[in-house]
Amino acid sequence: MVHEVVIKNGNKMELHLCAEHAAAKGYILPTVPVTQILKQFVATGKSLKAQKAAARCCEACGLTFAEFRQTGRFGCAACYDAFMPSVAAIIERAQSGAVSHRGRTPKRIEGQADRAAVRRQLIKEIEAAVAAEQYERAASLQGRLHQLGGTKNPPTEPTA
Amino acid sequence: MNDQNDFNLNNDNDVVVSVRIRVARNLAGFPFTGRASDSQRQEVLQMVTHAPLGAEFPDGLAWVNMIQASAQERQLLVERHLVSKHFAQSTLPRALGLGHSEQLGVMVNEEDHLRIQSILPGFRLNEAFDLARSFDQALEETIDFAFHQRWGYLTACPTNVGCGIRLGTMLHLPALRYSGEIERVKRAAKDLHLAVRGYYGEGTDAIGNFYQVSNQVTLGATEEELLQHFRDEVIPKLIDYERTARQMLLEKNRPLIEDKVYRARATLKVARLLGAEEATKLLSTLRFGISSGLLHNLSIETVEQLLLQVQPAHLAQMDPFAAEEEKGRLSRAILVRRALGDYAEGNPEI
Repeated sequence: MVHEVVIKNGNKMELHLCAEHAAAKGYILPTVPVTQILKQFVATGKSLKAQKAAARCCEACGLTFAEFRQTGRFGCAACYDAFMPSVAAIIERAQSGAVSHRGRTPKRIEGQADRAAVRRQLIKEIEAAVAAEQYERAASLQGRLHQLGGTKNPPTEPTA
Repeated sequence: MNDQNDFNLNNDNDVVVSVRIRVARNLAGFPFTGRASDSQRQEVLQMVTHAPLGAEFPDGLAWVNMIQASAQERQLLVERHLVSKHFAQSTLPRALGLGHSEQLGVMVNEEDHLRIQSILPGFRLNEAFDLARSFDQALEETIDFAFHQRWGYLTACPTNVGCGIRLGTMLHLPALRYSGEIERVKRAAKDLHLAVRGYYGEGTDAIGNFYQVSNQVTLGATEEELLQHFRDEVIPKLIDYERTARQMLLEKNRPLIEDKVYRARATLKVARLLGAEEATKLLSTLRFGISSGLLHNLSIETVEQLLLQVQPAHLAQMDPFAAEEEKGRLSRAILVRRALGDYAEGNPEI
């Protein structure tokens, strides 16, 4: 239905047309209410993001994040890196806030592991935790970083 | 209370039935079991079953090929808590290794490639821990396990990552159940990050008031710290709760408890037909009666043995006719009456 008020030369003219006649007169009618369109837009935006996350895939075994969400099981060791940072959040939640392993290390990699990547990742997470004002978590991550033999802001040499 | 019971109490076996340590491991370079191909699963099986175990395990393990095992044999392993129900029912290539008089087991191609477990009667956590760890280390001499610098030992389910170790106890908690406090204890256990499960683990009922309690946190602490916390703080607290509840029940409602215990004994002594669940519940009440000093001339060990023997697959193993349900009920009743000393050949009246 179209309602139009036209004031021409001081004369007021009201026009009431049904949808069919309005279309015949060339009025372009919205077929779907704008609220619905907006909702669709919001939903599409969300699902696009979700779809993107779900489509993330472990290159080693082909497991998608959506599959992981469904079963709660990873496909292989490489999944742990493929699905970061979601993995960190999931593990920390399941392990009552623990952020890293402190137990035994296999003999074969004792003392020869490349810890630089882990340090870099931890530093990134400390910065994110501080930005989010999660100080307890940041302190916990910092503790782990110390254990690995690194500090986020290495103290500078005292000047003479 | 007689000497036998004093001995039992000193060992905490009035409440603790057994301990179990489970260690989850995966072989490096292979997808986890659920994602692996059948040929990869076979390869994992080959590698593990042929791995040399060193001087600590000179006899190696006895291997059960689960594909070839009959349904009854698989059920028997479940009843002994040597395999999970999931592992017994799976159709994947898988095997169970057993050693040290069944105190050591390893499931190959469970959810993780390896689930090492040690089960010991009583509250012998240290021994169980040492046994599982020695086996884990013996395997690690020749097999590379999936390991991550940050997350530790990697597992299919991220909730097992880190040390990959679950410390478990089977607890007998009848008084907490009778007094209705078990739900409160379960909630408290949840806050302590413990899992409280039924008689046969996840998703099973606490038949006979037997509960499996295990740690849920496997990351952020060393194996020794996890053990120490579980052994010295968590489980003693639960043992204390149960003992206090038993004392309270006996002080406040002794006739009710005596009635329960003596009725259970009477039923077991006269029953001509017994179902597995009914027998388990009645035997559980006897166990409670012994550890509360109400029953003498019967040991917890006898009851524990019966608790195992009355299970369907165990019964069928002893008496092939018992595989049929009705004959099983008959056979189970005879077994119990015999064990309780109230069965005389040729005199069915007793």
